[in-house]
Amino acid sequence: MKADKILLMGNPNVGKSAIFSRLTGAKVMISNYPGTTVEFTQGRMRLGDENVLIVDVPGTYTLEPTCKAEDVACRMLQEGGLVINIVDATNLERNLHLTLQLIERGIPVVVALNMWDDTKHRGIHIDVKKIEEYLGVPVITTCGLTGEGIKELIDRLPEAKAINLPASSDSQKWEKIGTIVEGVQKLTHRHHTFLEILEDLSIKPFTGLPIALGVIYCAFWAIRFIGENLIGHIFEPLFTKLWLPLLIKLSVVLGEGSFLQHILIGNIIEGKINFGQSFGVLTTGLYVPIAMVLPYIFSFYLILGLLEDLGYLPRLAVLADNFMHHLGLHGYAIIPFILGLGCNVPGALAIRVLEERREKFIAATLMAIAIPCMAQIAMIVGLVGQRGGKYVAIVFGTLFFLLIIKGLILNKVLKGASPEILVEIPPYRIPQATAVIKKLWMRLSGFLKEALPFVLLGVFFVNILYMLKIIDFLAYIFAPILIKLWGLPQEAIGALIVGFLRKDLAVGMLGPLNLTTKQLVIGSTILAVYFPCIATYIVLIRELGIKDMLKSALIMVFIAISIGAILNLIL
Amino acid sequence: MVIDLTQMQPGESGIIKEISGGCGLVRKLQSMGIRQGKKITKVSSHFWRGPQTIDVDNLQVAIGFGMAKRILIQVER
Repeated sequence: MKADKILLMGNPNVGKSAIFSRLTGAKVMISNYPGTTVEFTQGRMRLGDENVLIVDVPGTYTLEPTCKAEDVACRMLQEGGLVINIVDATNLERNLHLTLQLIERGIPVVVALNMWDDTKHRGIHIDVKKIEEYLGVPVITTCGLTGEGIKELIDRLPEAKAINLPASSDSQKWEKIGTIVEGVQKLTHRHHTFLEILEDLSIKPFTGLPIALGVIYCAFWAIRFIGENLIGHIFEPLFTKLWLPLLIKLSVVLGEGSFLQHILIGNIIEGKINFGQSFGVLTTGLYVPIAMVLPYIFSFYLILGLLEDLGYLPRLAVLADNFMHHLGLHGYAIIPFILGLGCNVPGALAIRVLEERREKFIAATLMAIAIPCMAQIAMIVGLVGQRGGKYVAIVFGTLFFLLIIKGLILNKVLKGASPEILVEIPPYRIPQATAVIKKLWMRLSGFLKEALPFVLLGVFFVNILYMLKIIDFLAYIFAPILIKLWGLPQEAIGALIVGFLRKDLAVGMLGPLNLTTKQLVIGSTILAVYFPCIATYIVLIRELGIKDMLKSALIMVFIAISIGAILNLIL
Repeated sequence: MVIDLTQMQPGESGIIKEISGGCGLVRKLQSMGIRQGKKITKVSSHFWRGPQTIDVDNLQVAIGFGMAKRILIQVER
């Protein structure tokens, strides 16, 4: 059978994306928790002399959709094509339910028994020939992470054919699956491995909660340790020892007071170029994203990648479930929040794992207000941290306080109850160095490609806006709020405007204003709270709809105005 | 005797007797392998009406308290 389109389908967390990346060579996010892929990813591969479209479909348990991600999967199926049904070989029974549904729909199917390597150390023996006989479609054993079996999978794609099976009821399917599993699978007894003992310990409340606190503490400690050292030993010296001398020469060439000098180098402060305050494209514009933010982005995603691939996040979700219910969410909402700590955009996309409109609204609003992205965190730590760790704690403490209070209020005010968690907890897998590095590289290059131009452009425009006196004009208009309510100088309006574009740069703009510590704390907090950056905003409009997003934005503005005023009064 | 999932002790095993819920819930649980006649083992139960985690086949699943209340289990005591 020839096909111009191949869909990769299967239950959540069976390794569809790993196989996808093997087939297409495309780079996609792969993690050890259900719901990593919430959007389709498309790629192409050569099959014979044809160029076929391959679609990585979000995981689904059934063809009768129960949530949005599944709904998308089902609609895709109606458009025809061949299906590679990825099956977790360690969970035959549950996975085969989807397989039977696919076959009964008359769709040409090839089954990939993935995670084949796992069956061996789990004491599971599967007779592949027999499954093929039972199902009537090609079955190939694969291991997406190592690439084992992928070639055979490709070779046997042409064997896929639609077979006509009469549609059966759910219970008939389960009965059939029972017979199949009985016939093909043998389990041998084996002792609990170290990882399994750890799995048990980290999901039981008495041991799980202390472990969770320990993991979170160590994670943040490691992120800070790595970030600080990268800055102190590599990036800072790179800029001051190598880049600065070049800039000084360039500055002379450009000429004192020229337009280009102003844009590229910025203000000369006390006769010197100051990377934090000069505000030229080549000075602050490069220094902020590369020397202040990138090291923390690196360390955050390194640690996150390790935790993701280990499979720790779903366990954290279960442990946090109770707490999250008070905020109108269930535990799994912690996943968009954690991703949001890296960058709010993937966080906003991950909100799709939540089922209902109410929870999506709450999660989006809470994230936009109280979850600062790593770029912003790095800047706050860098800038406010100079005045003392206590003040950094005040900023993040305020954000956490807002998260709780706002969640409690939204949960009370909005009609309806938070749905309950129902999630499978994957086994722990030792993260593989190559996979972790690949994922880290994807995220870092994403940051450099998407954030860096934005920051450089932002610096450029801010300089133009200053020259045209537009910022002065806006400062004059908003002076009452800024000065009277928040106790900030009216020049801080520039940072608020840039905050729509990039939050890290916005915090950076507070630097040259010579703020008091109190003003710096208030300014950073408001910048974190008042609005998500434009990229997040666009994703949220798409996910929530324009109406809910407007409501959410009103809440953000209200909170920003009030928290600024409150901090101004009590600090 | 028959009890609901929340009443099971951690470590205890039993057979699912009935899932008393809407067809949506039943189907959702079924597709995750949680259905009548299956043997399950409770792993843990979280404080303050928190989620219940169970082992079913080779898989661990966390189920919200309210949902777990509706899953009836035959246990030997």
